Amino acid sequence: MTSTSGGPSPTSASIERPTPAGGVGASSSRRSRARLGRLVGLAVFLVLAALPIFLAPYPISLAGRILAFALLVVSVDVLAGLTGLPSLGQIAYFGVGAYTGGLVAIHASDNAFVQLGAGVLVAALVAAVTGAVAVRASGIVFLMVTLAIGELTHKLADGLDAVGASNGLAGIPPITLYPGGEPLVLAGVTYWWVLLVFLIGFGVAATVSRSPLGRSMRGVREAEPRLAAIGQLSYATKLAAYVIAGAIAGAAGTAWTVQTRFISPGDLAFSVSAIALLSVVLGGAGTLWGPVIGAAVVVLIRDWVSGYVSGHGELLLGLLFIVAVYALPNGLAGVASGRLRRRRAAMAGAPVAGEGQP
Amino acid sequence: MGWLDANLVSILNGLALGGLLFLIAVGLSLVFGTMDVLNLAHGAVSLAGAYVGVAVLSPSAGFGDFVVALLIAAALGLVLGAGLAAMTHMVSGHLRQALLTLGIALVAGDVLREIFGADVESVPAPLGLDGSIDVLGNAYPVYRLVVIGVAAVIALVLYLLLDRTQLGALVRATVADRGMVEALGVRSDLVLAGVFALGAALAAVGGLLAAPVLGAAPGLDDTILLLALVVVVVGGLGSVRGALMGALLVGQVQTVGVSLLPDQASFLLFGAMALVLLVKPRGLFPVQGVSGANP
Repeated sequence: MTSTSGGPSPTSASIERPTPAGGVGASSSRRSRARLGRLVGLAVFLVLAALPIFLAPYPISLAGRILAFALLVVSVDVLAGLTGLPSLGQIAYFGVGAYTGGLVAIHASDNAFVQLGAGVLVAALVAAVTGAVAVRASGIVFLMVTLAIGELTHKLADGLDAVGASNGLAGIPPITLYPGGEPLVLAGVTYWWVLLVFLIGFGVAATVSRSPLGRSMRGVREAEPRLAAIGQLSYATKLAAYVIAGAIAGAAGTAWTVQTRFISPGDLAFSVSAIALLSVVLGGAGTLWGPVIGAAVVVLIRDWVSGYVSGHGELLLGLLFIVAVYALPNGLAGVASGRLRRRRAAMAGAPVAGEGQP
Repeated sequence: MGWLDANLVSILNGLALGGLLFLIAVGLSLVFGTMDVLNLAHGAVSLAGAYVGVAVLSPSAGFGDFVVALLIAAALGLVLGAGLAAMTHMVSGHLRQALLTLGIALVAGDVLREIFGADVESVPAPLGLDGSIDVLGNAYPVYRLVVIGVAAVIALVLYLLLDRTQLGALVRATVADRGMVEALGVRSDLVLAGVFALGAALAAVGGLLAAPVLGAAPGLDDTILLLALVVVVVGGLGSVRGALMGALLVGQVQTVGVSLLPDQASFLLFGAMALVLLVKPRGLFPVQGVSGANP
């Protein structure tokens, strides 16, 4: 899924690197890789779409929550992986989307598209306002500013009576897909909606990643002064990345409330932000699909495997992080693409550069 | 005078909290300043120090026992810090180092909960210091005044150590320009490991000193880490003075601010941090010559 649509453009996973021998061999390998990526993507989609046929309601709702969390992680990857802005604040826009979706559902419309649109719009607006300030910082200061944004949102949700304060927002009705339609109450059917939202969000992130904007974002990550020197507006690039990431996180939030029909301040805690950022690193920053796998692994271990070891989910998660840091220098994505990348590098005669280390 | 009278207890509480936060945060700040490592296991080290108190001190523990417990906590902190330095040294990249320390923090939190249980454990103040004393007409716990004094002494010693000695000059030089220090023939990795160990020892000591006030419980490590991160960012990364000023500011915001504006209590801390970062992105007291904003 990370490969390009062909031609001499770089893969979305790495910044443009001159390939002296980038002739027939390299481009055909890239084409075969693109084909492989599409095949794997199609197979994964078919398996995901077929899950409700095989799984019981609880595992299906777990799968839905994984997809919503994975979309949040994708939004973190757009910032941390593609643009080199490690964020601990995407949970804020996830929360804005989730609460907006829930409030629209309770007070205005149970139409899923309306909720998605409202959640994305409000999240993008909030991201534009807060991001205008946040992207002035970089590095560790950006990390802390976004942490402050996340925590302020958490506290706001905790204190605002209009959204249920610390009790959370309950009583969210099931969604409908068209006016006057049947409410969708079956876990498998809402899962399909979550899957649709996930695919749209992932598609937006992947499209942005391949666009000229995506290339500018990688430019910010690799060498911001040089980008400015060739006349690119790095501030506008970072703000655009921030708003897009905020919108994707908002979509993830609406998907979450559709699934759980409940949202509480506890869902917006610091630990969720930290685990989302670290899912990106675990999966392989900047690859988009790697962090999705990272998110799935993290949630499965925390919510499912931990059931078999009597509540030691945090211990398992911690060990996973420690092992991953030493054993997987480029994250899970690095394992999958390592062989192909080595072959390509051998053909190009260029050393393999590490990814995901802004 | 009336305002001071009404808020004296809050101000003293803020000083005590600020002193504890300084002890804990200064290590985080120096480790980041010298090694660029964001140590997310710092809160866990501090909580381990608090649990030393739970394990060692009985309710009738005297002053001597408390000093022994402090020495044990300091030794434990030194060992943990040196271990963390060695583990992070093998890894490159800020995010992956943060991932590693978060992993260690999660494991440590789970292990501590397994050993000491999920309940809030209280640690007694040493006998003789567990009473109250009259401060301008207000009864105030002696122990907290002692904490303020101990933190002030340690801050002074640390300042003299870093500002007036050869060793301190070496550490400051490593913060400012690691490449140049290495070019002069100094094993900078040893300096860094030393700073890491010292910082962790202070965090463990701070955790133990905080235990009679805050107790020891699972989850306290996250709270401590968040507060220490705010302190470090507000004060400016890599400087003792920044950590001290940040800690005192956060201490007052958390006590006086909360008692004056109870409705906005939960926003105050992070609101104050956002405000400081907007006005001075590198913190109130940034180290000269360090690109704190672009590590």
